[in-house]
Amino acid sequence: MNKLLISPSPHVHSGDTIEKNMYGVLIALIPAFICSVLFFGMGAIIVTLTSVSACLLFEYLIQKFILKGQPTIWDGSAIITGILLAFNVPANLPVWIILIGAFVAIGIGKMSFGGLGCNIFNPALVGRVFLLISFPVQMNSWPIAQGFETRYIDAQTGATPLALLKEAVKAGTPINDVMNAEGFVTYKDMLLGNMGGSLGEVAALALLIGFAFMLFRRIITWHIPIAIFATVAIFGGLLHIYDPTQFANPLFHILTGGMMLGAIFMATDYVTSPMSSKGMIIYGIGIGILTSVIRIFGAYPEGMSFAILIMNAFTPLINRYCKPTRFA
Amino acid sequence: MSTIVITIISLSALGIVSAVILYFVAQKFKVEEDPRIDIVEGLLPGANCGGCGYPGCRGLAEAAVKSDSLDGIMCPVGGAATMSKIAEALGREVSTQAPKIAVVKCNGNCENRPRTSQYDGARTCAIEHSLYVGETACSYGCLGCGDCVAACSFDAIHMDSLTSLPTVDNEKCVACGACVKACPRNIIELRNKGVKDRRVFVCCVNKDKGAIARKACKAACIGCGKCAKECPFGAITIENNLAYIDFNKCRLCRKCVGVCPTGAIHEVNFPPRKVETDAIKANPAVKPTANENNKNE
Amino acid sequence: MLKTFRIGGVHPPENKLSASEPIQTLPIPEQVIIPLSQHIGAPATPVVQKGDTVKAGQLIATASGFVSANIHSSVSGTVIAIDNIKDAAGFSKPAITIKVEGDEWLPEINRSDKTESIPDLSKEDIIKAIAAAGIVGMGGATFPTQVKLTPPPGSKAEFLIINGVECEPYLTSDHRVMLEKGEQVLIGVQLLMKAIGVTKAIIGIENNKKDAIEHLQGLATKTKGVEICPLKVKYPQGGEKQLIQATTGRAVPSGALPIAVGAVVQNIGTALAVYEAVIKHKPLVERIVTITGKSVVHPGNYLCRIGTPISKLIEAAGGIPEDTAKVIGGGPMMGRTMVNIDSPILKGTSGILLINDKEAQRKPIRNCIRCGKCVSACPMGLEPYLLAKLTMLNLLERLEAEKVMDCIECGSCSFTCPSSRPLLDYIRLGKGRTGTMIRNRKK
Repeated sequence: MNKLLISPSPHVHSGDTIEKNMYGVLIALIPAFICSVLFFGMGAIIVTLTSVSACLLFEYLIQKFILKGQPTIWDGSAIITGILLAFNVPANLPVWIILIGAFVAIGIGKMSFGGLGCNIFNPALVGRVFLLISFPVQMNSWPIAQGFETRYIDAQTGATPLALLKEAVKAGTPINDVMNAEGFVTYKDMLLGNMGGSLGEVAALALLIGFAFMLFRRIITWHIPIAIFATVAIFGGLLHIYDPTQFANPLFHILTGGMMLGAIFMATDYVTSPMSSKGMIIYGIGIGILTSVIRIFGAYPEGMSFAILIMNAFTPLINRYCKPTRFA
Repeated sequence: MSTIVITIISLSALGIVSAVILYFVAQKFKVEEDPRIDIVEGLLPGANCGGCGYPGCRGLAEAAVKSDSLDGIMCPVGGAATMSKIAEALGREVSTQAPKIAVVKCNGNCENRPRTSQYDGARTCAIEHSLYVGETACSYGCLGCGDCVAACSFDAIHMDSLTSLPTVDNEKCVACGACVKACPRNIIELRNKGVKDRRVFVCCVNKDKGAIARKACKAACIGCGKCAKECPFGAITIENNLAYIDFNKCRLCRKCVGVCPTGAIHEVNFPPRKVETDAIKANPAVKPTANENNKNE
Repeated sequence: MLKTFRIGGVHPPENKLSASEPIQTLPIPEQVIIPLSQHIGAPATPVVQKGDTVKAGQLIATASGFVSANIHSSVSGTVIAIDNIKDAAGFSKPAITIKVEGDEWLPEINRSDKTESIPDLSKEDIIKAIAAAGIVGMGGATFPTQVKLTPPPGSKAEFLIINGVECEPYLTSDHRVMLEKGEQVLIGVQLLMKAIGVTKAIIGIENNKKDAIEHLQGLATKTKGVEICPLKVKYPQGGEKQLIQATTGRAVPSGALPIAVGAVVQNIGTALAVYEAVIKHKPLVERIVTITGKSVVHPGNYLCRIGTPISKLIEAAGGIPEDTAKVIGGGPMMGRTMVNIDSPILKGTSGILLINDKEAQRKPIRNCIRCGKCVSACPMGLEPYLLAKLTMLNLLERLEAEKVMDCIECGSCSFTCPSSRPLLDYIRLGKGRTGTMIRNRKK
């Protein structure tokens, strides 16, 4: 018999690890990835691979040479950042822009705060918003979803449904004219992902499958996504009732743009979301309202990234004042 | 052009209005404070270590200005030099106090004190202490997780990787007492720094009976009392099977060091004794500065 | 839908290896070590001297103070030492060592197995008998039972709740007691009901002990006022506040005792001890201990004399396995690891668990990823990640405001943490420091 081992209780562990959770999220992202490959072709694969490997590389380099620690790149968090960044950009984005985005996401968004668990903002979104502001042209030229394609850069481009709507509102045309026009996306297209947009955000159904998987594996709880959807539905619904010619119906808002991807995969990021269920609901409501406001009244057609980043900044405050239900 | 002019004018106006408001607010809410507090605070090291017992350097400065004498007020960091400056500034007598240093009273290195178990909890002495006796059989000795190191604001205490015991840096230690408070086993004591940094102290805090203490650690004080009998100045007392040397009475004659059967009494910073090369040869593990054998007595 | 407590909780693997092993009697050792402090409160004062001859069941140390308990000799023999011994954690603690000679019991103790009927006793008689027998909470908390049965003035007990939950993995001693000594337990329950003056008792049992539930339900039909309440399996259901909520739906307020909602909670083992003390005049000198572990040759449940060295119990179960890395007194969630396996079995020792080296070592500590799983696991609705952090920063006022004193130290947070952070280690430290701060403030 060896020396006895002494430790405070408990002496058993659930076996849950960071890796289990992170790779669980990755599995949940697979259906969405398959859909985007089907619609955007090689572009989706190239963008995703570049983004993931760049994120891993930057994380490794920073951990090894700047923080001088043991690199932990295989804990899965950098891979998720890479995939989420890729999912948030057009499938024909030039590789060098992706590299910049990955560097900003990992270097500024994550490692400058101290690495996993210390960052305030969702790294993928930091990278995405940086690119959106720095390279507006490239970031807003969406390839048209046209089935599996091996071509990359020179694909045809078109606008996203949300952008079309925004233009219509700006021009003063009733949105019904746009929405009912020939060739505008149908709800079936929205569910399957047959529309313009960032490469991972288009297939609502695939993202919902991922959501169900993560709920089943208890990786996330329902609070944040459901709070976001409900808020957008109520807020958008009220506006829609008020003036259907100006404001699109809430289902359209939920199914288009980054709403699904953001609500399910990015707002629920462990590190940057509140800890208590009450806090999560408040956070979700905040994201829902901000997204709707930006989409409907703001200059950008899409508001999910900004809404999540703004609410990320509120997370410490929410944690401070929003305590879990005490026993008594 | 006019835009710039308007901007400059409006911002300047805003600035002036704000300045006026601020001035009146500052006048209205001014707190009268003894200006000497600032002077005294300026003389203090500004480490805000709390070693004096007051909340930071300003706390000590306030106390020094408010009280009539400087008795009982001592900045352990600045020491006598700082206190005499403060006394001068305030026009008071300074109470002299010998400079002190933190002394770690455990010599349970791996050789003296075999490890009997392995601790696998959070690496904090406080937690390990609350849980059990520690990795060795000695329930009084150093646990080696380094709470004292974490508590030190002056980088003056470090874990020795060979002995896994903390060692105090003679130069850096300011005797603020943070490590003394941090140690859950009360191993560290503030003792007089001594003439030329020479000190004699019992390097053990084990209160168990001799046999039990000795079984746990070869270098334990077994409370035999030989040192107390040997001491010509009555500086050594034995309580609960443990010898204690009163540093105010000790005259550094080192007689106790020679008679201690377990080598629990340590002398530091003395020049090597003359006729003891045999002893060092016989027991090379003992550091020359530490305890010497008693063959030459 | 089975009842359970409302918030938090985890599901550790049950590993009830010894659930089907009947209770065996452990042989009397050559000598027993009986510590003077086997309960919460002041250590007992010895009333025997070195060299005295004692009989089994004889009082050897009396309660010193209101919160304290009598201690009796568990064997007959000679007192060979009243001195400090090393306890399970290696610290020196006063104890009485008795060399065993024969097995002679005090004459008034009825040692027959026959189940006696309840004599007509007053409330005071019962409490007096319990105090005299030195009974303490047998679930591991070891709070003197007579104190718990004397509600503070102004409060009124409405229910007696009996804890048959045994939510700790591995442990099976209460399970076996319910199965094998159900009748005695029910008499003990009735005596306890009488002692606190209530007409209703609820025995909470987790649904993984279906045989015990059925057995006691059968017996309870004959007993007035005793209800068996099957509960959903969820840790820490055996926590006093959780059990009260699970069985009655009432929540004990923060900082209050169970009596604030009219409940008194006692363990199954305590009910059995009460039966033996009141009906058979037998003080608390032996108890049922589970010896278990995945590498243990014969996991089982043994009736042990208090003071028997734990090593003897391990020997009876087939010796200490080669790959033992941890010896735990109690269950894996709340038990304490021990360094000294020659330390004695105490009144509160519900089990001895040997963990092999494959499962013993903790995983390396990683960064907190703020997943909030500890928050959702906490049965008291606290934020373990925050409490641990505040302890590291030594912010005691904040800790108090964040209700650290409500922590029941169940370990659900550390159990569930994906980063293997030692949350409870720190929270316990912070709780201790905050408690000291609060006590000093009152002075």
